[in-house]
Amino acid sequence: MKVEEKLALNKYAPATQAHITVNKGLCADCDLRPCVYGCPADCFILKEDHVSFSYEGCLECGSCRIICPKGALQWAYPQGGFGICLQYG
Amino acid sequence: MTEKFDAIVVGGGPAGCASACVMAKSGLNVLLFERGQYAGAKNMWGGAFFGPQLKELFPNFREEAPVERFVTRHTFSFLTKKGSTTLDFKPAFSGPPSDNGFIVMRAKFDKWLAKKVEQAGAIVVTSMLVDDLLLDGGRVTGVRIGKEEFSSDAVILAEGVNGILAQKAGLCSGVSADNMKQGVKEVIALPKQTIEDRFNVNGSEGAAMEFVGSCTRGVPGGGFLYTNKESLSVGIVVELGALVKNRLKASDLLEEFKEYPDVARLIRGGKTVEYSAHLIPTGGLKMMPKLFSAGVLVAGDAAALVLGTGLILEGANFAMASGVAAAETVITAKKKNDFSETALRDYERLLREGFVLRDMHTFKETPRLLKNTRIYDLYPEVVFEVLENILENDGKPRTKAYKIAGKVIKTRVGFARLLSDLWAMRKMT
Ligand SMILES: Cc1cc2nc3c(=O)[nH]c(=O)nc-3n(C[C@H](O)[C@H](O)[C@H](O)COP(=O)(O)OP(=O)(O)OC[C@H]3O[C@@H](n4cnc5c(N)ncnc54)[C@H](O)[C@@H]3O)c2cc1C
Ligand code: SF4
Ligand code: SF4
Repeated sequence: MKVEEKLALNKYAPATQAHITVNKGLCADCDLRPCVYGCPADCFILKEDHVSFSYEGCLECGSCRIICPKGALQWAYPQGGFGICLQYG
Repeated sequence: MTEKFDAIVVGGGPAGCASACVMAKSGLNVLLFERGQYAGAKNMWGGAFFGPQLKELFPNFREEAPVERFVTRHTFSFLTKKGSTTLDFKPAFSGPPSDNGFIVMRAKFDKWLAKKVEQAGAIVVTSMLVDDLLLDGGRVTGVRIGKEEFSSDAVILAEGVNGILAQKAGLCSGVSADNMKQGVKEVIALPKQTIEDRFNVNGSEGAAMEFVGSCTRGVPGGGFLYTNKESLSVGIVVELGALVKNRLKASDLLEEFKEYPDVARLIRGGKTVEYSAHLIPTGGLKMMPKLFSAGVLVAGDAAALVLGTGLILEGANFAMASGVAAAETVITAKKKNDFSETALRDYERLLREGFVLRDMHTFKETPRLLKNTRIYDLYPEVVFEVLENILENDGKPRTKAYKIAGKVIKTRVGFARLLSDLWAMRKMT
């Protein structure tokens, strides 16, 4: 089962504003791109020459915040009440 | 809002709810903020609650709390590509279930906890993300949400693993990925009867299963499987630093884990209904932030109070116990009307007197020892090979078991290395 399919099962209260933003200029010199491996929700996808980011499926774990070696992320939780709403946990 | 509170609690998990409950019951004016739409909306775990903390706080929890099942069977498996070796612990079960494990699902359980907090007299406000702490000359005097300020004598930070506010307050200098484990999990729905038949449990009995070995491809960590009432929690926990260094993804490891025959058989026919992820602070004492300063105390995961020994992973009971200790400290401080750093030192004393800091000290070497990758790639294979050779009957005359074990150890590990690992591991679990 693909991550994408799993995320589609989750309940979210979608926020219109991104809670995490990437300073893409800094990603250019990042060789290892740990975010691509460390994000359990595949929010960071390796494209040919860059990493693309989307916040919608974020599981709010905080991994990317810790592993980004360049300090390229402005990281916050979504505004109160928005984002993932676990039904089981 | 101009009203001043005795205490503001940030976070409606076990640490925050326990502290708010204790303070409210003693008559303090308590406000708890939770960023989820309801307490539990953001929280996932394995998981089972161990120890007597729940009963101490809520004597009737067995009748009231949404417990899925009681752990009556605990298994530990070594997984290899060739097969597995399992230790299956199942005490004869009679009378009321013991305190040794209540399986709960956080979305329901934390919601229940927050209701108990309200019943105790505290105000619980959900869908509220605390953005910042209010500071006055180095002393924490409340919290800020957007443009609104809420003031209080004390703030208890029970915000969980990422500890954003604790960092903002300068209590914690940041964390390393080597001190964090990432957990990913699927909840897989299955009929109640199927679960009971498959796991050999009845009624409210339940199984907690831990797996180490090839399922994490050499990354420190393991797999887990817990039985809920009508679903299974199936997941992988892996050290974040090693995960990305090895260019592996926890989501892929989880898919592989589900395909191991031991696991596949148990989840067969189930339907995945939720996928979640969460970090666990597993660096032990070394990553513990400063626990308090003037007007503020840190409890639970935010203070890295988690015990992972390889055999057990406990955080919720540590969170509750630390929340209670923080609450008791604030209650005393309120009586003296002194919330200075010196007055809050009681918190550390209480944690030292109870099991929280004692266990953290007893197992202070464990996080380092658990990084020995042989635990995950080599030793499970050695155990399997020894048993394979003992049990195999190829028609030739047999060799004694100790000789077989000796030969496997000699070729796969080396005696010196085994001894040094065993010597180190005595400090581990
Ligand atoms: C995969 C996995 C398996 C686990 N298994 C077990 C197990 O079997 N047994 C066990 O005992 N422990 C287990 N744990 C650990 C356990 O879940 C934690 O130790 C425990 O939940 C910590 O409680 P807490 O109250 O400190 O933090 P949390 O439970 O994380 O609660 C923090 C709360 O604060 C809220 N919050 C955060 N920031 C803000 C803010 N700024 N404003 C408002 N609200 C905020 C969050 O939404 C959350 O509700 C496991 C953990 C994981 C990830
Ligand atoms: S780890 Fe950080 S710097 Fe590197 S690609 Fe990802 S976001 Fe960019
Ligand atoms: S917080 Fe977790 S889920 Fe969200 S983008 Fe970062 S790594 Fe991915």
